[in-house]
Amino acid sequence: MKKLRFLAVLLLVSLLAPSITACHGSRGLEQFVIPESFDDSKEYVITFWAKNDTNQTQVDIYKKAISDFEALYPNVKVKFQPYTDYGRIYNDVITNIATGTTPNVCITYPDHIATYLTGKNTVVSLDGLLTDEKFGLGGSEVRFDSPKADEIIPKFLEEGVIDGTHYAIPFMRSTEACYVNKTYVEKLGFTLPEKLTWDFMWEVAEAATVKDEDGNYVVNGQKVLIPIIYKSTDNMMIQYLAQSEAGYSTAEGEILLFNDTVKGLLEKVAVHASSGAFSTFKKDGYPANYLNAGQCIFAIDSTAGATWMGSNAPLVDISEEAIVDFETAVMEIPQVDTENPKMISQGPSVCVFNKRDSGEVLASWLFAQFLLTNEVQIAYSQTEGYAPVTSKAQNSAEYKDYLSREGEDNLMYYDIKLKATKLLLENTENTFVTPVFNGSASLRNAAGQLIEEVNKGVRRGKVVDDAYIETLYKDVSSLYRLDGMGLGDEITKPELGPLPGTAVALLSSICGAWAIIGVYVVVSYTKKRQK
Amino acid sequence: MKKIIALMLVLCMAFAMVACGGEKFDPSAKSEGVMTYAQYDAAALDAEVTIEGYVQATQSWYKDAIKIYLQDPDGGYFVYDVACTEADAAKLEKGTKIQVKGVKSAWEGEVEVVDGTFTFVESEKWVAEATDVTSLLANETELIKHQNKFVSFKGLTIDSVEYKNGEPGDDIYVNVSKDGATYSFCVEVYLTGPDTDVYKAFADLKAGDVVDMEGFLYWYKGVNTHITAVSKAG
Repeated sequence: MKKLRFLAVLLLVSLLAPSITACHGSRGLEQFVIPESFDDSKEYVITFWAKNDTNQTQVDIYKKAISDFEALYPNVKVKFQPYTDYGRIYNDVITNIATGTTPNVCITYPDHIATYLTGKNTVVSLDGLLTDEKFGLGGSEVRFDSPKADEIIPKFLEEGVIDGTHYAIPFMRSTEACYVNKTYVEKLGFTLPEKLTWDFMWEVAEAATVKDEDGNYVVNGQKVLIPIIYKSTDNMMIQYLAQSEAGYSTAEGEILLFNDTVKGLLEKVAVHASSGAFSTFKKDGYPANYLNAGQCIFAIDSTAGATWMGSNAPLVDISEEAIVDFETAVMEIPQVDTENPKMISQGPSVCVFNKRDSGEVLASWLFAQFLLTNEVQIAYSQTEGYAPVTSKAQNSAEYKDYLSREGEDNLMYYDIKLKATKLLLENTENTFVTPVFNGSASLRNAAGQLIEEVNKGVRRGKVVDDAYIETLYKDVSSLYRLDGMGLGDEITKPELGPLPGTAVALLSSICGAWAIIGVYVVVSYTKKRQK
Repeated sequence: MKKIIALMLVLCMAFAMVACGGEKFDPSAKSEGVMTYAQYDAAALDAEVTIEGYVQATQSWYKDAIKIYLQDPDGGYFVYDVACTEADAAKLEKGTKIQVKGVKSAWEGEVEVVDGTFTFVESEKWVAEATDVTSLLANETELIKHQNKFVSFKGLTIDSVEYKNGEPGDDIYVNVSKDGATYSFCVEVYLTGPDTDVYKAFADLKAGDVVDMEGFLYWYKGVNTHITAVSKAG
């Protein structure tokens, strides 16, 4: 009888256990294991979300890459989703993590991947794939001329490492450049130094704010002039801190942003925003539009925006009549210490999302790897001031020929674009990235927001003093949830609403069953004691 | 006598109040402390503003903010990324009256209200009729006075139709010409997405077609109407 009772309890528990586990919902995906072979008999449809710089040629290159890849792997179809904004990709990926419908391959930033990783096995670790004998970089069963692992620029490859694991491969690299209206600098009586400093830039910008009796700026004869326009204030803050060897964050994610060096920069921003010498993309618009109209002297933007810069820019957003003729100098961003220049390394990386079917993941990885072939690398890098991420591409005769033809025309060989590219190639060792952790994307936004708030604040009559900055630190810290760094919940959980009736019934029955078990155990124990 | 006068006064006031109660809906009416369009128009950039208007359209809600095309009988407003919950976004139906507090700003020539918050104002709905501004196209000084309003154009010739990403899915850039001058308009995907009639209509339009259009008189380094309707000119 005792045995029978024991068996009954065991049966009940074994029945309940799986139902409890099931109630926990999605358990995440199993870790990806590289298949022994690639299954040619199975049809795979993989999705590729990619960012372009509102540049049709880049879209066409992606499409050609897809078509070439599909020719090599006829059982794989790549569905392409173009974006023009990293932020949109980031938000869409997060939404799709919650619903289990992430893309297969995605152009992204390592900062964003750190957030994606809060889902279990969401992003595929590339450690095994990169070096796999068959399917790794330059692997024996890869059907195209892929670069070997040591042919990816090591500094760029390292940027995809998060917590010691490779989660991304670089696709393209850029940095920021300062596109200077040299004609106006000289008209103001200054000579451009070999290396730009912050102090020189502020000084020239202030000199440019002088107006004549009609209210026109003397230097350009127009009613509008913003001497300095910074596109990415995140980068402005991050680079200034790196150049000043001041704190931003630790590798582990400790926030060091709210420090005195930041305060010093914000005070400078306040002074120059107040005089009208400085503004930002978010406040006033694209640096290129103002530069080309003779309404900006120092336009700081990505090298990947070089085709929009200068009097002869192949891509323009303003009317032809508004374009002013001037000489453009492409310079490194302003530096604190010109002997020790530092600039951000940025640009798209590629990650592969995990799926239940390991064959699908392998197909995704092969496509991601295909983006590193010389054909894709060189073609895409030529669309903007990008550098290929492989030495295989950088050292190829085709690419060297491209670099040697600076200024031959105002399209493929547009001199500003090639100068921007060379600036990056010559400074690769001076580039840096910020630590990546879950929350680093928020920290980056916060860094830029500090500058944006001060820039707006002074124009709205705010006095930027100690009290203002103290309040600003608190507000920004709170807005970006940096206080306490409780950023583990960055992935927005969908509103689930009230539990459905069936779930309520199931949970009630489970509770009831546990109650019966409890009563049974207590009764059995009491009876045993009585015996 | 005093009593009679007092009684008459009371009666007059009572009648006046009854008359007020039955007053016709005035879409120009503003709550206390709210700027008229003229006051808003005269306000300096970076000044704090409080406006009221009727929602004519919204762009899609995104990250706790929304962009609103707002109008009253005197002028149009563009409210950029005003703080908004998803639930409130669903209530921003065409014609709904709202009050917005924010800062007047300009971005690439587009005058807008930024960094704002809004509240719903109890009111009848009001929807703007499109103002025909075809004759003002070549006169930017006059045209800009209608910035952000719901407008119409007649007899524009299409020069080019270009998808931002080379294929349907994102914005459509439309170049149109009138009397020898060319203008850049846009089908803004977050206002009128690929499933809307206007978006689909551009698949069948080509250079040389003469069309009538409606849209919001948005600005980006010059007029850059966000097109909401297009049809071949009759």
